[in-house]
Amino acid sequence: MEHPPIIQIEHLTKSFPMGKASFTALTGISLNFGKGEFAGFIGPSGSGKTTLLNIIGSLDVPTSGEVLVLGNSIGGLTARQAARLRKENLGFIFQSYNLLAVHTVFENVEFPLLLLNYAASERRRMVMDALEWVGLTDKIKSKPPQLSGGECQRVAIARAMVKKPSLVLADEPTANLDAANSHNILQTMVKLNRELNTTFLFATHDDKVIGYLRRKVYLLDGKIDKDEVFPN
Amino acid sequence: MRTAIKLAYRNLIGAGLRTWLNVIVLSFSFVVIIWMKGILVGWDHQAKNDMIRWEIGGGQYWHKAYDPFDQFTLAEAHAALPAAFQTEIENGNLVPVLIAQGTIYPEGRMQSILIKGIDPGQNLLALPTQKLDTTPDAIPAIIGENMARTNKLKIGDRTTLRWRDAHGTFDASEICITAIFSTNVPTVDVAQVWIPLENMRSMLLMPGEATLLTIRNPETIRSGPGDWKLMTVNDLVADLEAMIKTKSVGQSIFYTILLLLALLAVFDTQVLSIFRRQKEIGTYVALGYTQREVVWLFTIEGAMHAVLAAVLAAAYGLPFLIWQARTGWKLPIETGDYGFAIAQTLYPVYSAGLVISTTLIVMLATAVVSYWPSRRIAKMNPTEALRGKLQ
Ligand SMILES: Nc1ncnc2c1ncn2[C@@H]1O[C@H](COP(=O)(O)OP(=O)(O)O)[C@@H](O)[C@H]1O
Ligand SMILES: [Mg+2]
Repeated sequence: MEHPPIIQIEHLTKSFPMGKASFTALTGISLNFGKGEFAGFIGPSGSGKTTLLNIIGSLDVPTSGEVLVLGNSIGGLTARQAARLRKENLGFIFQSYNLLAVHTVFENVEFPLLLLNYAASERRRMVMDALEWVGLTDKIKSKPPQLSGGECQRVAIARAMVKKPSLVLADEPTANLDAANSHNILQTMVKLNRELNTTFLFATHDDKVIGYLRRKVYLLDGKIDKDEVFPN
Repeated sequence: MRTAIKLAYRNLIGAGLRTWLNVIVLSFSFVVIIWMKGILVGWDHQAKNDMIRWEIGGGQYWHKAYDPFDQFTLAEAHAALPAAFQTEIENGNLVPVLIAQGTIYPEGRMQSILIKGIDPGQNLLALPTQKLDTTPDAIPAIIGENMARTNKLKIGDRTTLRWRDAHGTFDASEICITAIFSTNVPTVDVAQVWIPLENMRSMLLMPGEATLLTIRNPETIRSGPGDWKLMTVNDLVADLEAMIKTKSVGQSIFYTILLLLALLAVFDTQVLSIFRRQKEIGTYVALGYTQREVVWLFTIEGAMHAVLAAVLAAAYGLPFLIWQARTGWKLPIETGDYGFAIAQTLYPVYSAGLVISTTLIVMLATAVVSYWPSRRIAKMNPTEALRGKLQ
C-alpha cells in the first residue's frame, strides 16, 4: 500500500443484542486504509455499511477484534477520548444532512471550530474558506430550511471539512439528492480529497458515488465480498 | 461552557414561540411571587405601624386579670395605679385606659359595647381625644368609622349609655358623639366608645383606676410592679403575626402551584426536545461532544428559560411593581370587618433579599427540571440517536 495506514481493522466482529439472542452485523472484517484514500463500502441495505462506518467513527465499539483509527484503539477509548478523536480528526456527512435547523449556514459550519476553541477571527476565515470550497459564500446568513437538498449537503460538507480533518466519513451522502446535485457534491469531495489529502470513506449503494471511488469494498451480510482498488 | 451558552441561546431563540410561552409563564411567576410577598410584607409593616400609632404605642402594662378575649374578666381587671407610674403619667409618657362593658341604644336597638376611658389630653395615640374636651350637656364620646357605620351614628348624635358601677349597680347617661375617626385598627374601633377617663372613673366609682396603660417609649420599659403585667410590642403583635403567617402559608401554596405550572411547561419542553431532537443529539456527539456535555447543553438550554424570564419580568414587572408600591393595591373586600389591622389599600414592600431569593429559587428550580429529563441523553446510544430510532 502506497499510503501510510490511518485505519487498521483486524478480525472485527460486531453483534447487537436481540432479546436473548444476538444479531451479528459484521463478521471477521480485516482492512487497512491509508492517508488520502477515496474509498467506499458498497452493499445492499442491511449489509453492515453504516455499522462499520460508525465503529470507525468511534460512535460505536467492536464486539471483538481491533479497530485502530489514527492510532486510537476504538474499543478501548473512554467517552471523552472518543469525543476528542471525533472533534479533532473526524468529519461526518449524513444522508439527511443533520444540520442545526435554527442556526445559520455560517453558524453550522462554525460549530466544529467552536468546539476546538478557535478565536472568532480565525473561525470566520476558516468558515469562509470552507464555504468557498463548496461554493456557498453567498448563503452564509440563510438557515437550512431555506436551502435546497443539494445546498444543505454542501453545507454539511463544509462543516465536515472546515477543521481539515484527517478522515471524513460519509454515510449515503447522495441518497436524498438528484443526479446533478450528487455529481456536484462528489466532484467537490474529489477536489477536497486531492487538494487537502483528506481521506474519504463512504457507505453507499448509489452507482453515481461508486463511479467516483478509487477503492471499492463490497460488503455482503456483514462480510467483505470484494476489495477492489482502481489506481487513477 | 461559553460555547454551550452560545449554542443554548441560539437553540432557545430559534425555537421561537414555544420558548416565549415558557418564558412568559415563568416571568409571570417571578412577578407574582415578588408582588404577593411584597403585599404581605407591606401589610405587616402597615398593620404594626397602625397598631403602634393607634393602640399599643411602645408597649403596654396590663392589669393582671385583663384578657382582651374574655370580656367577663373586665369587671375584675382594674386597679388603682401604683405610685411608681404617677410621674410618667403626668409627663404623658404613660396613658392609662379604663375598660368596662356597656350597652348603647342607637335608634332603640340594644348594642353591647366596650366603654374605654382615656385622658383627653393624651398625645401618645392617634385617637382624636382632644375632641373629648368639648363638654356638651352629655358625656362626650369619640368612635371609629366602623362603629359609626354599624350603628348609624353621626357627629352630634346622642344615645343612651348604660353600665354597671363597681358595686354592680346599673346606671345610665347620655353620650354625644363629638368625633368619628378613621383607622385601620379594628381593636380601637369595632363595638366601642371612647370617653374621658375622669368621667368614666366617676361613673364606675373607680377613682384613680385603670385597666391598662400604654407606654410611649420602649426604652423606658421595665417589668411592671405588682398587679401590672408588662406587654412588649412583640407580645402585642403576636396574634397579628400569627395571622400574617397563616396568610403567607396560603399564599405560598398559591404561588407554588403557579411556579409548578411554569416548571411543568419547561419540563415538558425538555422531554419533548429529547425525543424530537435525537438526530441533533447524535450530531452533537458525532461532531465531538461527549454525551455528558450534551446533557449539560440541554440543561443550560432549559435553565436559560429562567434567565430570559428574569429579563422579561424585569421589563414589565419592574414598572408594575413600582407602580403598585406607589399607588398600592386596593382590597376588593371591606377591610373594616376583617377583625385585624388591615388597610383598605395595601402598599407592597419589596426587599433586595426578596427579589434575589425569588430569582435564585426560580432559576434553581428551572435548572433542576431541565436537568432531570436531560439525564436520559447520557444513556442514549449515539448511533441510534443519529438514526432517530429511539422509542
Ligand atoms: N443497534 C442495532 N441493533 C440491532 N440491530 C442493528 C442495529 N444497528 C444495525 N443493526 C442491524 O445490522 C444490520 C446492518 O445494519 P446497517 O449497518 O445499518 O446496514 P446498512 O448501512 O448496510 O444498510 C442490519 O440488519 C440492521 O438491522
Ligand atoms: Mg446504512
